[in-house]
Amino acid sequence: MTDLTKAAGAAEAGDGSAGDQGAAGWLRRPAGLGGRLRRGAIVFPFAVLFITLSIASGPFLTKVNLLDILDQQASTLIIAAAGTLVLVAGGIDLSVGATYALAGVTAAHLALSEPPLVAIAAGIGVGLVVGAVNGVIATFFRINSLIATLAMSFVVSGLASLVTSGNLIIDYSRPSFGDLARWSFLGVYTSTWTMVVAVVALGVVLSRTTAGRYMYAAGSNAEAARLAGVRVQQVRLLTFVVSGGAAALGGVIDTSRVLSAQASNGQTTLTFTVLAGIVVGGTSILGGDGAIWRTVVGVLFIALIGNGSDLLGLNPLYDQIALGVILLLAVGADAWSRLRGSA
Amino acid sequence: MPASASPRGAHVELKEISKSFGGVRALAGVSLRIGRGSIHALVGENGAGKSTLGKIISGVLPPDRGELLVDGIPVHFHSPRAAMASGIVHIAQELSIVPALSVAENVLLGTEPRRAGFLRRRELRGRYEALARRVGFELPGEVSAGRLRTADQQKVEILRALNRDAGLIVMDEPTAALSRPDVITLHGIIRQLAGSGTTVVLVSHFLGEVLELADEVTILRDGHVVRTVQAAGQSEDSLLSAMLGRAVGAAFPARRPVPPDAPAVLSVAGLVAPGVAGVSLEVRAGEIVGLAGLVGAGRTELARAIYQAPRFALRDGIAMIPESRKEQGLLLGRPVYENVSLASLHQVSRGGLISRGKERQAVQRMLASLEIRTASQAAPAAALSGGNQQKLLFARMLLTTPRVLLADEPTRGVDLGAKRAIYELLTGLAASGLGVLLISSDIEEVLGLAHRVLVMRAGRIVAEFSGETATEAAVLGAAFGSAGKEAS
Repeated sequence: MTDLTKAAGAAEAGDGSAGDQGAAGWLRRPAGLGGRLRRGAIVFPFAVLFITLSIASGPFLTKVNLLDILDQQASTLIIAAAGTLVLVAGGIDLSVGATYALAGVTAAHLALSEPPLVAIAAGIGVGLVVGAVNGVIATFFRINSLIATLAMSFVVSGLASLVTSGNLIIDYSRPSFGDLARWSFLGVYTSTWTMVVAVVALGVVLSRTTAGRYMYAAGSNAEAARLAGVRVQQVRLLTFVVSGGAAALGGVIDTSRVLSAQASNGQTTLTFTVLAGIVVGGTSILGGDGAIWRTVVGVLFIALIGNGSDLLGLNPLYDQIALGVILLLAVGADAWSRLRGSA
Repeated sequence: MPASASPRGAHVELKEISKSFGGVRALAGVSLRIGRGSIHALVGENGAGKSTLGKIISGVLPPDRGELLVDGIPVHFHSPRAAMASGIVHIAQELSIVPALSVAENVLLGTEPRRAGFLRRRELRGRYEALARRVGFELPGEVSAGRLRTADQQKVEILRALNRDAGLIVMDEPTAALSRPDVITLHGIIRQLAGSGTTVVLVSHFLGEVLELADEVTILRDGHVVRTVQAAGQSEDSLLSAMLGRAVGAAFPARRPVPPDAPAVLSVAGLVAPGVAGVSLEVRAGEIVGLAGLVGAGRTELARAIYQAPRFALRDGIAMIPESRKEQGLLLGRPVYENVSLASLHQVSRGGLISRGKERQAVQRMLASLEIRTASQAAPAAALSGGNQQKLLFARMLLTTPRVLLADEPTRGVDLGAKRAIYELLTGLAASGLGVLLISSDIEEVLGLAHRVLVMRAGRIVAEFSGETATEAAVLGAAFGSAGKEAS
């Protein structure tokens, strides 16, 4: 009897490992093909688009144009990188557009009277506070983060309008405030440098630190994470604080770039551009999966569509249609891989 | 063996029904006849297949193989809705009322009287009252169903079934959540249903209740029908011995005796928590203490209460393998290494920065010592077999170097080979000085592994067995104990 049992066990185990090596086994493996599609998906179309534009448009593959794209996308990339943490940990932040606006106008307002550093710090501080409030509402009060941050986005927009009294704030008299974004180092603007530092830092946090690991765990299976001793609530709260801070940093950088700000900057358009970049990159909207580098590729992919159609003189209306279709494909790939995973 | 003794015509007949869940066989060639207008009970140990059988009769689950005949005509139910069309309704353990709707709306859900899409409220109330009067239930139709007590919610479900002209109602553990007066009420209702010609299939582990209500009893064990008998002439003991009485299946590894001077690694004194009504117990180093009892006796609740604050419990050397590895254990989409290192990242990191080299080594050590088979450390946990997934959870907990391990149903849903491996693992861990509190619904498993068996019922420890006194009959007797009698 004992021998039979052992034999059965060995046969079973043998089957499993053999199945993994065969082609059929690879297909059958949950999160195999679908997961790979989702994870690697964006790189291939990005490369195709990049090469196509390099061939089709002379000015595309120039240092000026490429640096220009990076500079324009600096704030979006910072915010999307932080938003990736939120999504990975199982939340969503719809208030980043409003926070971007509030931080921008706060910094612009203070820059009129205070030293630039104070204005910058205050702008970012405001974002951290908004993020903390988002986090507390979404975790400790257990209100769905979609609703919590949507509601907060109205509150924060209102505050931004209060700061500006509905006007455009102009800092042309304070050119030193512009150094945050416009100072050039090795031929690259500080806005781009700040973006690179922020994105790399967030990438390290997510992929190399215990906090990042806990974010994946919280988003993948919150109860399992809790039982493994992870402070799920604190981890999620942290992602919202980071997201708020990043949105504010983006707002302050863009304000510094143009030396002016108004309450209508950013807002929902930015929020959805950021989300689109994250999702097109292949980070799951259901949590527990995603990576910063994918978000970077996703955001830049969307940027390339706009840049390419500008350079080629296409009707910009097609940009939006293309973006919408790509977004659906990205979400579809995610849903499809999950379906396969559960089958 | 078949119930040819049934005096009535067959309402439902099952022929060679088989059903497996991901390689685990729940039913293997089950055949039985259910007489029209009879109360037919399905009994068996946890996992014997009685609930699965009830679900197949009512179309909640499709059988893998075999034939289902209603009134002699073969049917293929692909959904509960299809079964409903044949007059078969399932009332699950977890009730499916809509709390925000009124009682009357719940009862007539899906069959509301309407004209041009608009509800006809007066007619709805009228039809509800007529139905309630016919059955003899006194339930106000306008109260929202969510505010009713469980027993009354059950009445709503029964009324709903009758409103759909159900000729056969499958009830899965209908009295498990009820207080004693409500149990008596429900028993009356079930008798009344059968009296008026409705067939009732009763899935229950309360043997007293089964004997009191049922005309016929089908006893299941490991997915097989042991036999179908007339309830009259049976006793709780005769049913119990039919439910057990199996040759020892998987052999258990030898237990190493607990050294007499082994210190206690876990002491619980007078613990009161939701579902736990004052429990004291001790687990010594090197000892496996088995916790037996029926589902709902408070075993899982006890483990949860001991492991209430996971972070601090782990710090104090208490680890837990949760009951449901998919819901509470695994990060299915995440790689194997993340699953294993999750609770011990501080060991392989400095200043919050994880050393991938150290992590890889630590995980590899665990994979090797637990013989976990995976294509690579980077493979998602979902790609592993059930047994290897379960071992991942052991690896995660063992990496925290605990002194006590609470293992809640550690072999649930794994195949025979993996079961044996987990038995050896548990025995080996105990031999190396770990204290183990083993919760299992498989009594044979508890008896085969534990040095000492504690039996829980209604949130308390009601019996303790060890050595010679630890027999299946003794443990089961204590577990069912007065619970069976209370229900009668």
